[in-house]
Amino acid sequence: MNGIHDLGGMHGFGPVDPEPNEPVFHHDWERRAFALNLAAGFLGRWNIDMGRYAREHMPPAEYLATTYYEHWLYGLERLLVEKGLVTGKELEAMRPQGPVAGVKALGVDDLPKALRNRRAARMDDHLATPRFKAGDRVRTKNLNPTGHTRLPRYARDKVGVIDRDHGVFIFADAHAVTGQKVPQRCYSVRFEGRELWGPDAGPRDAIYIDLFEPYLEPAFPEGGHK
Amino acid sequence: MSDHHHGHDHAHEHEHDDRPGAHGAPLTDIQLRVRALESLLVDKGLVDPKALDTLIDTYETKVGPRNGARVVAKAWVDPAFKQRLLADSTAAIAELGYIGRQGEDMVVLENTPKVHNVVVCTLCSCYPWPVLGLPPVWYKSGPYRARTVIDPRGVLREFGVDVGDDVEVRVWDSTAELRYLVLPERPQGTEGMTEEQLADLVTRDAMIGVAQVKAPRRW
Repeated sequence: MNGIHDLGGMHGFGPVDPEPNEPVFHHDWERRAFALNLAAGFLGRWNIDMGRYAREHMPPAEYLATTYYEHWLYGLERLLVEKGLVTGKELEAMRPQGPVAGVKALGVDDLPKALRNRRAARMDDHLATPRFKAGDRVRTKNLNPTGHTRLPRYARDKVGVIDRDHGVFIFADAHAVTGQKVPQRCYSVRFEGRELWGPDAGPRDAIYIDLFEPYLEPAFPEGGHK
Repeated sequence: MSDHHHGHDHAHEHEHDDRPGAHGAPLTDIQLRVRALESLLVDKGLVDPKALDTLIDTYETKVGPRNGARVVAKAWVDPAFKQRLLADSTAAIAELGYIGRQGEDMVVLENTPKVHNVVVCTLCSCYPWPVLGLPPVWYKSGPYRARTVIDPRGVLREFGVDVGDDVEVRVWDSTAELRYLVLPERPQGTEGMTEEQLADLVTRDAMIGVAQVKAPRRW
């Protein structure tokens, strides 16, 4: 979706404002909101792409006026209701009205295994044959789906070069909506700054973006035909 | 409301919580909302408050940029490790025991006199947790996410890094499930330092790519 989360290339935000000796959390509620998100995620009713997609639905004005863990809290509440773990009424009253069948809360003993997982989005290499290889020129498609996508607006309909083939990963766009694990190749694609931003961009700036194969089509070599 | 988290609140209240609600003042809306949500989820059997405490403790005190600094220092002193790190970053980082969520597929980017790498996530705030911990606020903020891809040298200058015109700047937008760690250049004048001493020099910001590692004046 063309949401407010897709910030790349916007002007007007002012300078970056690093905080010296910044603590990991600034408020106790941030600690709890962080942990609630992880613990609820471990219930297995949604995946990470659904989590991102839920946060992307925050109304734009609210998104910009709130902090990161408030985005997380918004996404969590939305998913809890959407996936039937909490009813809208319960959330409104903040009072439980009934149990949820078939779920088991993540316990302290389950945590080491849950946190030290080695495999998340990567799938077996043989599940998708690569259409492109390092050095190939590609053009990103001009896609504006209302669903989830990991193709940023600033990189649509642009020509780049495949830098490397990362292998096969769960296609985020489908995963966020249906939960299906569709295998797709994911490439690092190099774009010259001037291709993305025009003549004012630095001549020696390049932007590398990780893109799924369905976002890409072959680009003819400059000035030539295939 | 159940009282399972009171002890935890009190343990931390004194340090960073400068909003109304800390120090005995009335609780803010957001504090109330998170407390109420936690109680609701605990009462419904969806989360275990002890697991929440352990999650917080893990990411607040155990996982952090010290891990990444050890990876960098080892790469500086051990050429064979560096080779493995650049060839298969995930496996080499796992040799030091750093594995897990948000670090399942790692890519290490080597800075050289000719190439400066910097990492951003314009769409959310993807960040390599096992080696850097949780991201700082500025990394998740509008200015950094908006500007790093369009004006990388301007952003770097604000961090005090002036990249020469002859140096290529490579911005890595972590839009998929790969997580990036910058291998900064080893500063001159650190030839005699041990791996442990070198690790102390490596900052979080250098591993994101918004700082260079500096040699200490005396060591």
